[in-house]
Amino acid sequence: MSELIGRSVPRVEDERLLRGEGAYVDDLHPSGCSEAAFLRSPQAHARIVSIDVEEARSAPGVIAVLTGADLAGELEPMVFQIARVVPETVRASTGAVSRVHPMPAIPADRATYVGQPLAVVVAESRYLAEDALELIELELEPLPAVVDPEAALEPGAPLVEPEWEDNLALEYRYRRGDVDAAFEQAAVVVEEVFHSHRHVASPIETRGVVATVDPLDGTLAVSASTQTPHQLRDFLAGALRRAPETLRVRAPDVGGGFGPKGAIYPEDLVIPYLATRVGRPVKWIEDRSEHFAATTHGREQVHRIALAADADGRILAVRDSIVHNCGAYHTLGLVVPYNTLTHLIGPYDVPAVDVRLRAAITNTGVVAPYRGAGRPEAVFAMERAVTRLARAVGIDAAELRARNLIAPEAMPYATGMIYRDGTEQVYDSGDYPKLLARARALVEEEPWAERAAGRRVGVGYAAYVEGTGVGPFESAALTVLGGGRVRVATGASSQGQSHRTTLAQIAADALGVPFERIEVVGGDTAAIAAGFGTIASRSLVVAGNAVAKAAAELRAAVLDAAGSLLGAPPESLTLADGTIRPLDGDGPELPLADLAGALSPFNPRRPAGAPTELHAKAIFNPGPVTYAAGVHAAVVAVDPATGAVEILRYAVSHDCGRPVNPAIAEGQVLGGVMQGIGGALYEELVYDPDGQLRTGSFMDYLLPTAGEMPEIRLVHVDCPTPLNPLGVKGLGEGGAIGPPAAIANAVEDALADLGVVVRACPLTPDRVRALIRAGGGDGGATAGAGATEVAA
Amino acid sequence: MKPSPVTYHAPATVAEAVGLLAEHGDDAKVLGGGQSLLPLMNLRLAAPARLVDVTRIDGLGAIERRDGAFELGAAVRQAQAEDDAALAAACPLLAAALPHIAHREIRNAGTVCGSLAHGDAAAELPAVALALDAELVVHGPRGVRTVAADGFFRSFLETALEPDELLAVVRLPVAPPGSGAAFHELARRAGDFAIAGVGAQLTMRDGTVTEARVACIGVGAAPVRARAAEQALAGGRADERTIAQAARAAAAELEPSEDLHASAAFRRHAAETLMRRALHEAAARAESNGREAS
Ligand SMILES: Cc1cc2nc3c(=O)[nH]c(=O)nc-3n(C[C@H](O)[C@H](O)[C@H](O)COP(=O)(O)OP(=O)(O)OC[C@H]3O[C@@H](n4cnc5c(N)ncnc54)[C@H](O)[C@@H]3O)c2cc1C
Repeated sequence: MSELIGRSVPRVEDERLLRGEGAYVDDLHPSGCSEAAFLRSPQAHARIVSIDVEEARSAPGVIAVLTGADLAGELEPMVFQIARVVPETVRASTGAVSRVHPMPAIPADRATYVGQPLAVVVAESRYLAEDALELIELELEPLPAVVDPEAALEPGAPLVEPEWEDNLALEYRYRRGDVDAAFEQAAVVVEEVFHSHRHVASPIETRGVVATVDPLDGTLAVSASTQTPHQLRDFLAGALRRAPETLRVRAPDVGGGFGPKGAIYPEDLVIPYLATRVGRPVKWIEDRSEHFAATTHGREQVHRIALAADADGRILAVRDSIVHNCGAYHTLGLVVPYNTLTHLIGPYDVPAVDVRLRAAITNTGVVAPYRGAGRPEAVFAMERAVTRLARAVGIDAAELRARNLIAPEAMPYATGMIYRDGTEQVYDSGDYPKLLARARALVEEEPWAERAAGRRVGVGYAAYVEGTGVGPFESAALTVLGGGRVRVATGASSQGQSHRTTLAQIAADALGVPFERIEVVGGDTAAIAAGFGTIASRSLVVAGNAVAKAAAELRAAVLDAAGSLLGAPPESLTLADGTIRPLDGDGPELPLADLAGALSPFNPRRPAGAPTELHAKAIFNPGPVTYAAGVHAAVVAVDPATGAVEILRYAVSHDCGRPVNPAIAEGQVLGGVMQGIGGALYEELVYDPDGQLRTGSFMDYLLPTAGEMPEIRLVHVDCPTPLNPLGVKGLGEGGAIGPPAAIANAVEDALADLGVVVRACPLTPDRVRALIRAGGGDGGATAGAGATEVAA
Repeated sequence: MKPSPVTYHAPATVAEAVGLLAEHGDDAKVLGGGQSLLPLMNLRLAAPARLVDVTRIDGLGAIERRDGAFELGAAVRQAQAEDDAALAAACPLLAAALPHIAHREIRNAGTVCGSLAHGDAAAELPAVALALDAELVVHGPRGVRTVAADGFFRSFLETALEPDELLAVVRLPVAPPGSGAAFHELARRAGDFAIAGVGAQLTMRDGTVTEARVACIGVGAAPVRARAAEQALAGGRADERTIAQAARAAAAELEPSEDLHASAAFRRHAAETLMRRALHEAAARAESNGREAS
């Protein structure tokens, strides 16, 4: 029955969006809407001495000005349930201790990072609100700030939270096998420090919230650029002390999420609150400066990693001591730091492991999931270490990897670790040697002309696994509409992932209704009561299977109803192409549209006792996660004189289980790769030692653009998972996991004879030159033609 | 990211524009293509109460050849200059520099004179003006004055222009026959402001350099004329050794500063490397142009 799954059906989203007909939060204009702007902390750590808002209150067009003091009794500090959850099995296997650090909506006493909201102005327009911000007199008394996570854990470091005795927010240690003995017996040991630096997601649409109180029934309607509308509704219900039924949260068109829009922010709480307080709709659209400072950041870990191996390069043990920077608040618990543990060893078969992680709060923006969420950090450390090991052993880096990969026959493979959801970590399926071989073929198939032309060319690999499709659940509700159309409501809303296409493909196949007659709605708590959201490479797995499950139920309901109408047993009927037919082909046909019409309460000849609507809903609880995997390979040319790096080719071989729509899958991978390339070569969010943000605009925080996109080749090595009926794995994040490691490995390869060791990205020209100098060589500063340098 | 309240003026004549600037003094700012000024206003780093748009003034939108120079008025967009074949042939250094400025979309709006008036030390056009000894025709309440490019660019975003003056025209001398130019720069991404860059225009006769014009960007508070390189080259051959010496001598005199994107030492090193490459290419082009001419 699978006609659409596996086909690159064109995205149904595109026509509207490409015509500019998308409706994002800022396109919503409730009548009488006011706009808010926030006064944000100019200091990383300071006591709030006073905030004088008198002049701002009487400025033209100003409706209200509120500070943390005004909100103190109204809005509780924000804590998320997830931060408190440490499954018992995780605690038993790692001793994990997590200490929540709640985030005030607007603090009354102390500012803890640059960009933290300290006051809000509501005015007739954003312009007037910003004019009024300039009239607020803010007096701060600076407090010592701590920015670096390792420094934050030193004794005597300034305390980010004065009620704590130190800055430690989370700690765990996982051990298996005899690590000490392995290191003693090892023929080769490599040891290095690797840094993953801080990123900001930079979706094309920043965050935004608009809130309206319905004058008829008092419902608070909130539209937000969020990945998780249902979670936002439930959070608001608690924080504003309202019944969830009196709230409707919608995520309209959302221009990219990448993780940060899965968090809940002070503005998400303050704007709806203000709408109830000022009696007018209130809108806030995050501007780009706010995004840099006040949207959650990603990455930032330091790994002190060591690998022990025998003389053939078989890895005997991995030891890693990790420090993770949480930023000012620890609100998301295990998510990112624990992902790092469960993805560190990746596709390798390693007998002994000792990983310790400590996470510190610091006076910086909050670090939360960003595409990869702890995995790129793990992979950067491990894959750099593996590459160093290959050099130390003296064999090819791809060959060394091949010797250590888990064999396909070993599937399902239990790693011995406990996953974040509390279940045993088991790789369900995958063929890692084949992934590597296919990636290798894509970069080794031809001699690089650039190398022949005397340029320094290097090849680098990165292999990873990715746990995808995490629970707890997703919901789907399917309804047959007039005309035989079917509406699919999903709890997982889209930020560009093409839910309206892929979920329709799944529903069409499962139902036997033409694709064109399926419409998918999501991102609306009024369309479906329960939902979890689109995060963590989970939607196709969890929402997709929920749709398939509900569709199977709906199909059965359709055949039942048709059976009683036609006087035939339902088992003798089938639904295909939108029409109910007898299986043996003998008898009348009934188009779904006619069935819907016959069941309509408007039909005077309705059969007695027939259902009035054809509807089914399902919740899918996925069980343990399924493992996607990939091998990335980068070929770069480095100009040793200028330090410029050019990516000559980028290759990805990946396993996303059974691809539902290969073109969309490729789009997801390519987008991820570009974000990964951003981290490898361009993007870096920088704080100075006082916690001032040095990269506060796109002048200084550089995103890769179309011009930086190299040739990217992609192959699928599909190993459908046995863990869910559709056989699908997630792939939203995979593309972003490999590039920093693969590109760093390639750059190091290109400069290997100069003694270069890459320990951090982004590999800017200046840094590459510094690496060459540190390696002791000048790298032929007088070499010939430039790499990426453009001449006119 | 919303600008403060501002009143927009679109005068039709230079006199009217100067009148507005005189009347409003520090409260007013000239608006060219807005590609530098408007971002600053959106960030409220600049908050002029009035904008005087000079791109609608009659007669300032033309590119004209007059007395051995090309004159470009304040309304001439960078893209317009880029598309002018006669200008490109006569001012090869300008032609080599223009494609490095941002992206075509920005050059469609940004003006040549706006870039000079803005005076960013990493911008290409100020270096072109400096290397070519351009003349800048400035109108103000105290009359018209002609300012040499040498001395016009003073420091970070600071030029010889007074707040009530406008740059009406820039005059770029036509290159002598047998000239060739190149502009090399190192930027983090194509279209970004340069970490360092070098523009060179060489004129050659019978294998000898008769005139060398070289300037660097991104390596100081203002564009820097590489006089040491010019002297090392003039009168000799543009061979490997001379070029290397010229670049080394020029780099030694640079005093770059450090920022997020590069250290001072790296900038000096990059400038030297880029200068070598630019000089080689300019020399090759000059020789080939010389052959074509003869
Ligand atoms: C994304 C981006 C990338 C860029 N990259 C580059 C780059 O790589 N290289 C580069 O050189 N530039 C770059 N720019 C800047 C661009 O070239 C600007 O257009 C230019 O610097 C200013 O020209 P404008 O006409 O836009 O001037 P405006 O922005 O209108 O004005 C700039 C300043 O000059 C003053 N001014 C303008 N015209 C006059 C005049 N006729 N007389 C007196 N004062 C005047 C204004 O008052 C203002 O202070 C970039 C801009 C952007 C947005």
